[in-house]
Amino acid sequence: MTEEETFSSEGYLDMDLLRFTTAGSVDDGKSTLIGRLLYDSKNTFDDQLAAVEESSKNRGDENVNLALLTDGLRAEREQGITIDVAYRYFATPKRKFIIADTPGHIQYTRNMVTGASTANLAIILVDARHGVIEQTMRHAFIANLLRIRHVVLAVNKMDLVDYEQAAFDKIVTQFKEFASRLDNIVDMTPIPLSALKGDNVVDKSTEMPWYEGPSLLYHLENVYIGTDQNHVEARFPVQWVIRPHSDEHHDFRGYAGRVAGGVFKPGDEVTIEPSGFKSKIKSIEGFDGPQEQTFAPLSSTITLEDDVDLSRGDMIVKSNNPPKKDQEIEAMICWFSEGKQLQPRGKYYLRHTTKEVKAIVQEVRYKVNINTLHKIEDDKSFGLNEIGRVSIRTSSPLLYDSYRRNRTTGSFVLIDQQTNETVAAGMIV
Amino acid sequence: MEETNIVSYRVNHLRQLESEAIYILRETAAQFEKPALLFSGGKDSIVMAHLARKAFHPARIPFPLVHVDTGHNFQETIQYRDDYAADLKAELIVGLVQDSIDKGTAVEEKGVNASRNALQTVTLLETLEEHQFDAALGGGRRDEEKARAKERFFSHRDDFGQWDPKNQRPELWNIFNGRKHHGEHFRVFPLSNWTEMDVWQYIKSENIPLPNLYFAHDREVVHRNGGLLATSEFVQPQEGEKVETLHVRFRTIGDMTCTGAVESDASDMDAIIQEVASARETERGTRADDKRSETAMEDRKKEGYF
Repeated sequence: MTEEETFSSEGYLDMDLLRFTTAGSVDDGKSTLIGRLLYDSKNTFDDQLAAVEESSKNRGDENVNLALLTDGLRAEREQGITIDVAYRYFATPKRKFIIADTPGHIQYTRNMVTGASTANLAIILVDARHGVIEQTMRHAFIANLLRIRHVVLAVNKMDLVDYEQAAFDKIVTQFKEFASRLDNIVDMTPIPLSALKGDNVVDKSTEMPWYEGPSLLYHLENVYIGTDQNHVEARFPVQWVIRPHSDEHHDFRGYAGRVAGGVFKPGDEVTIEPSGFKSKIKSIEGFDGPQEQTFAPLSSTITLEDDVDLSRGDMIVKSNNPPKKDQEIEAMICWFSEGKQLQPRGKYYLRHTTKEVKAIVQEVRYKVNINTLHKIEDDKSFGLNEIGRVSIRTSSPLLYDSYRRNRTTGSFVLIDQQTNETVAAGMIV
Repeated sequence: MEETNIVSYRVNHLRQLESEAIYILRETAAQFEKPALLFSGGKDSIVMAHLARKAFHPARIPFPLVHVDTGHNFQETIQYRDDYAADLKAELIVGLVQDSIDKGTAVEEKGVNASRNALQTVTLLETLEEHQFDAALGGGRRDEEKARAKERFFSHRDDFGQWDPKNQRPELWNIFNGRKHHGEHFRVFPLSNWTEMDVWQYIKSENIPLPNLYFAHDREVVHRNGGLLATSEFVQPQEGEKVETLHVRFRTIGDMTCTGAVESDASDMDAIIQEVASARETERGTRADDKRSETAMEDRKKEGYF
């Protein structure tokens, strides 16, 4: 930023937030793309660059290897691969961005699922020379499974196909044909680019006059994500009960939690689940005084008109629009454990919103071959990185919505009772 | 009517980050038996304490503040720490690195660049164990350093307090698994998704008072290892070093022996935010402790550092 530019900290206090994930295979140039985004949008620092230049030299790289900006752990730098999800941050005057940078190889499916679980948008990279390959389909499948509404098909290395429109068009057609079956993806934007040369990453390329769309950064800054939250079905999982026991707030009893869906206002008729008690919202408490309303994804404190029995794991919902309540659920799960396979009729802890129950996986309905997307029905073993549909029975009823309707009340994890490891992620059908 | 509602449901980035951090703080209170909030008097821990206050309002925060004091802290920091704890009506527990040295569990480094920074890990682990804390809330952020970029919100530590970066629990949506075996504990980082800029913006938008060290002031410093160190009883000028009075401020506040000052005229929040926006070095660029090797932070974290 130059001195002449007027600086307004007010603008910085009021930016949008976009979370996105990136997926590509080892040589698609994903780390280079992220490095380029950070570098060209002036979000890298001199000491980081100096460190990367030094490392590049030590490794014998010809150019400064922007990919090194994103690899953090010793093993990753040594092997030149990304092992774990790495979170990166950058901002432009319009938006703050959180990148979940996930390794694309099949052996890291669980990391991609993890990164995708909190993302609004996915960038799926393909190499312009190779087009849509099995991995591309897998990445699109996972983005869709995790209900990412916005996908960017980033056709990288356009410089290696002479910036030809035909190469790009062919890939877009291939991808669309496949993606038309993925109905959670409502917005698919294909962008031709070269991360190495910087074409269409931050600035529009002069090499591809045939391309009339935005650069990647422009798209990330402007894509409309306002409708991604469910503002209809009101859900408030109780996290913690606030009881000050002080003279000033002697009888205060506030229910603390983060709104998982919908809007709550004082006077709203609500039902406490699972007890079924009815009450009315007395106030929405804020640090600076009472609030007029609260909505997803805000953390709030609610007080009720009646003295009802309510604790962590219960849910406050609007009476006219309750969630489902059941001990039997159907879900898509992704298996995360390296050490242990899913045990037939195995018992796990199941964590869902702020509630933990015991659960039995009753049956594996089918698995998905995540490269061909065919169903596998004759092999019920379930190991690391496998995705499939199961039926689950819980020790007490869950209050849930389908994952398609609500990512918070529709998701859960399974925890191994011996090791306490998180062994699976689940999305309720 | 519906149209205006949709517009009013926009939540800007600071409110989203605040909401996420408050959620994590409440999860920590709910999932652990005896959590503590690590409080150094630096800006990140001040923001943490502020968020904790909001999370449990109008009740007091349901855990004590813990400070690991190297004995080489700026007087202003210590004063601020004590005042803030009193204002919160929170219990303050101070673990002294000197105690660990006296006990022989930590050994003082020698030489010009000696620092008690690494020794803090020993005292931290001893303090956590002595008070049986099973979760320590810290202000660490993923943008600070490359090893921290892989850190979880709920970071599992084995019964030696060690971090195993290759065997971390996956974290999805906002479900956090704090289950543990006896003797194990967690570090919890509610500010994981914040950047240095977010922290400053939040401090401004919430009007949070800070120690004066963060604002530009005159101070006696020496040039050392490419940075500026404030002279004090712990940092004496070496042969050939000239003591100068410069107009400086601190971007981070830690141990006096390894926290560098930067020359600056930024004397209010707006000026600081502008300086951060145009900064060419990360804030940890002023920390000598990170420069010891390419993976200095990863190595220290594995041992149980903050």
